[in-house]
Amino acid sequence: MKTLLVLVLALGLAAPALASDRHPTLGELEGEVMCPTCKTTLDQSSAPIADRIRQYISARIAAGDTKSEIKAKLVAQFGPAVLAEPSKHGFNLLAWVLPLVGIGLAAAALGLLAWRWTRSREPVAAVAGAPLDPELDRRVDEELARFDN
Amino acid sequence: MPTGLKRGLQGISVAVVVGLLALLAWKVVHQDKGVANELAKGKRPPAPHFDLTRLDRTGKLSLASLRGKVVVLNFWASWCAPCKSEAPRLEAAWQSYRRDGVVVVGVDAQDFSGDARKFMRAHELTYPNVHDGPGKVLPKYGVTGFPETYFVGRDGRLVGERIQGEISRQELTAGIKRALAS
Repeated sequence: MKTLLVLVLALGLAAPALASDRHPTLGELEGEVMCPTCKTTLDQSSAPIADRIRQYISARIAAGDTKSEIKAKLVAQFGPAVLAEPSKHGFNLLAWVLPLVGIGLAAAALGLLAWRWTRSREPVAAVAGAPLDPELDRRVDEELARFDN
Repeated sequence: MPTGLKRGLQGISVAVVVGLLALLAWKVVHQDKGVANELAKGKRPPAPHFDLTRLDRTGKLSLASLRGKVVVLNFWASWCAPCKSEAPRLEAAWQSYRRDGVVVVGVDAQDFSGDARKFMRAHELTYPNVHDGPGKVLPKYGVTGFPETYFVGRDGRLVGERIQGEISRQELTAGIKRALAS
């Protein structure tokens, strides 16, 4: 049952992604492609080369290219830096993996700290249960008796 | 939290912050400002190397292969308006001085290679042109915009001054003569 649910969810998520790759829009690609001269995404640039790339993307969409094909053609012209997101293979994979590793390490460090902190508090509780000094015990009794009166 | 552990964590945090600040400072100091700065100080730095795909024919063109010749290095893009105005001047200079061992080399950067070829046909450019789509050579020279022109002496070192913006016929002639005399 669980496997079926996971499969349905995976298919549900994959379908829009596949549709987006097969039928990309200029709008979504504008947010994923960089303007080479201004170092911002196309949707934030009005530079001449940004206009030209927009024109190129529209032409490629009209010609039936998928998003991956359009991106590959842009990378062939302008290099990998034309993509707003690094690719998910080769050396660029590090850009995706390292933040996850960092989060994992931070979580592990926090867990370790919490564990050590709770352990360090245990002896304090033990001390609280230890017998009091007889003199101090007598004074506490006297004070409590005075308080009760 | 035990005091030792707390101090250890504080120490690590401080070390991380100091490390990041040092990295920032190093990046600022060692920022690639290109050879244009040295040229502006009157020095003659070696022209940064490149080996780029040719637009006028197949294969690549390396700057090193032009050692012994004076090179007029022109950075341009097809979408740049002043590049259109100066193109005929560069072609005329190439035709006039090529017998004297002068080569005009166009570096089309941050541009579609197809657009660059159309530009070359439209302006009937016959001098060698190369394509640097990602613009990797630009920071090595310190190019800040298009067009920009540099002169390289026969010894492979830059000479004179860089011309930012559209180059005039006088600037072009003066630059070439200076490079030939260097």
